[in-house]
Amino acid sequence: MTTMTHETEITADDKVPVIRITREFDAPPAKVFRAHTDPGLLAQWLGPRDLEMTVNNFDCRTGGAYRYTHRRGEDEFRFYGSFHEVRPDELIVQTFTYEGVPDGVALEWAQFEALDDGRTRLTVTSLVASFEERDAILSSGMAHGVREGYEKLDELLRKASGSARTN
Amino acid sequence: MPEEALSRVFAALSDPIRRDMVARLADSDATVNELAEPYDVSVQAVSKHLKVLEDAGLVSRSRDAQRRPVHLEAEVFDLMTKWIERYRRQAEDRYRRLDDVLRSMPEDDQQRRAKRTTSKTRKETRR
Repeated sequence: MTTMTHETEITADDKVPVIRITREFDAPPAKVFRAHTDPGLLAQWLGPRDLEMTVNNFDCRTGGAYRYTHRRGEDEFRFYGSFHEVRPDELIVQTFTYEGVPDGVALEWAQFEALDDGRTRLTVTSLVASFEERDAILSSGMAHGVREGYEKLDELLRKASGSARTN
Repeated sequence: MPEEALSRVFAALSDPIRRDMVARLADSDATVNELAEPYDVSVQAVSKHLKVLEDAGLVSRSRDAQRRPVHLEAEVFDLMTKWIERYRRQAEDRYRRLDDVLRSMPEDDQQRRAKRTTSKTRKETRR
């Protein structure tokens, strides 16, 4: 489904487990691209404000790799991946893994498209291995009570359909 | 598994006609014929879409009433919307931070790179 406002748009597909995020920026592709490939700039926006982001290594070129850490007090969340294709001002293809779930990996495409008036449309497509994983990511925004959320949904679905097919 | 139930909801809402049907049912209950009216598809096709929505728990139909109006299970829909909206808002927050970073980046850097990549014919050498 698509949730659209004047800004960030999220699309979840029913054929393949992807999440697509689209957003436009008041800056040309070269600038938006640089904010993605310069670790000093990336650290300023990627992580939530209440987390401190440290870039451990960042070799942003085709065949390169990256690793960074988000820190909140004692808690550390580490992420890593490989750059599969880096094409200046156009495209970044990379993998993305949360160290806490090493078997899980997302394959991500970040496309930078030039619009009129020096603006850019950024489209980020994330592909994961299963719909369950995709939906877990989508619902991860509910930091607290994801499980409760599922339970509640399950309960509602049972109630609604009468013949819940939950296994 | 609840995750599968969630996947069914996502899949059910991924179709534009089904999304539109859900939006209309948000206003009021409707019969299959009423739902089929605005679309250029058969009542049978609309019934199929309804079945998908029903299996996902998004709509229900009363078994006894003759018109068997379709009813939107708003609670399920609200929960889904809340999850996706929360995710969307996190992305929006992230990109607002990126907006700030882009504004703080030097202007001549932007021009230099734009010239290098888009207009090789220009003889500008300003750095």
